[in-house]
Amino acid sequence: MESSLLIETAVKVLVVLLVFSALAGFTTYIERKVLAFMQRRLGPTNVGPFGLLQILCDGVKLFTKEDFIPSNAVKPVFMIAPIITAATAFIAMSAIPFFPEFDMFGYTVRPIIADINVGVLFVLGVAGIGLYGPLLAGMSSGNKWSLIGGARTAIQLLSYEVVSGLAILAPIMMVGSLSLIDINAYQGDNYWMIVYQPLAFILFLISGFAETNRTPFDLLEHEAEIVAGYATEYSGMRWGMFFIGEYANLFTISFLVSLLFLGGFNDLWFIPGGIAIVLKVMMLIFTFLWVRASWPHIRPDQLMWLCWKVLMPLCIINILITGFVMMYWSNL
Amino acid sequence: MSKIDLNERNVGSKEYIMVQEDTYPKTSWQEFKQVVKRSVKGELFTGLKITFKMMKEALFNKNMHTVQYPAEKLPITARFRGMHKLLALLESGDNRCISCGLCEKICISNCIRIDSRIDENSRKEVLDYYINLGRCIFCGYCAEVCPELAIVHGPRYEVAGEQRAHFIDMEDLLTPIDKLVSQKEYPGFGDISPNADERMKKTPLSY
Repeated sequence: MESSLLIETAVKVLVVLLVFSALAGFTTYIERKVLAFMQRRLGPTNVGPFGLLQILCDGVKLFTKEDFIPSNAVKPVFMIAPIITAATAFIAMSAIPFFPEFDMFGYTVRPIIADINVGVLFVLGVAGIGLYGPLLAGMSSGNKWSLIGGARTAIQLLSYEVVSGLAILAPIMMVGSLSLIDINAYQGDNYWMIVYQPLAFILFLISGFAETNRTPFDLLEHEAEIVAGYATEYSGMRWGMFFIGEYANLFTISFLVSLLFLGGFNDLWFIPGGIAIVLKVMMLIFTFLWVRASWPHIRPDQLMWLCWKVLMPLCIINILITGFVMMYWSNL
Repeated sequence: MSKIDLNERNVGSKEYIMVQEDTYPKTSWQEFKQVVKRSVKGELFTGLKITFKMMKEALFNKNMHTVQYPAEKLPITARFRGMHKLLALLESGDNRCISCGLCEKICISNCIRIDSRIDENSRKEVLDYYINLGRCIFCGYCAEVCPELAIVHGPRYEVAGEQRAHFIDMEDLLTPIDKLVSQKEYPGFGDISPNADERMKKTPLSY
């Protein structure tokens, strides 16, 4: 029994690691294509059919590039920083139930690596540790732009941790459990959480944009201002690890939003749950790309203003209203 | 893309609107009101709508802006001044050039050379007409000064070469290939060296 559990977990870990590394690469292709279409360009077309082998070429390029470490960098920290980003991005996935349970070769597979009863907390916490990647990278690079990027990481991710945490507090109050499977099951019995908590959904999505460094809030590597931010001095596979971590985070947030607010992997009319959640995640990722193509960056002071003066008060109001409603109409 | 579309391509719809926004919020309350107003008006979603429309147009209405260059090329106008052409007489097919030497004289980058002789009918005959395209600045004086319209600018514009010496032999419109060996030119900046053949190296990619 013990050994079978170990083997099962190891296989799951391997599958998640491989699938999401590959998906990260594929998402770069999708991103380039979608951005190109929105600007009436073609995107990658020449390498392989529809430019699909561009991913492979980029991978080969990343692997064969020189792993350059600047002489003024703090070497051990500089070398370990990208690993923190990639590792935390994948560790956060271990508490996410990707699909409903299914049978394979007469064996019931639960597509979650570790079913812990504080799933949401674990995912958000580990994703929060991910901030050390860019922060340490920025501080150890020995480069002013990197340092600014690292500083911006700290302010941005720390501030938006507050918003994301408070935003999902209201749904958690309604469900009464921190386990993502319970939250998913609750939406199977009732309506989707977005119906009860539209404000929390919007707030969580906004903070999701901030925590995955997507465009309206990608101040940490704002090309026009600070070269590439914390990743300025990185090249080759270390830079690739930042990249993979970023896209893995994108998937984590998309799965989290689907599970928390959009009904998770419950069956949707005639669509089976496994396909429903994939569709939701794809839709969310398209939204991320769409927003990147449409909206401009904001200034760091606007970012802070938005976080502390608009979003956080809204979060608290949302929690208060939810609390009072639950107190007086306890049938909810 | 037709010729008219090409010529009008940067003109736009001519319905320009002057944006003059001098009502910046002064107090933080005004700032807050501006944010609320913009959020309620859904200005952000207008942006999303525009990009989505762009994508729809590009994908389904063939409104793609990209010209896939080596495969497809934009049409160029008839007056395009690209690489030189040396024209021939229509009936006899003889060279139009009477080797008067005006182009040679007027060329400000000194890259034209004409070798000529007096033939049996005591007319001047062109032996070799040569333009060093590495030095040519495409000013068009040679075409302008030519009394016989023998030298003109043509529509060819892809004049990239791997080596400096290639700027000679790519110009087969001017000089027949078998006469390239005996080609001479005036010394000057951008000129190929006398022993260019020995110094010619393969590009690293072809090793």
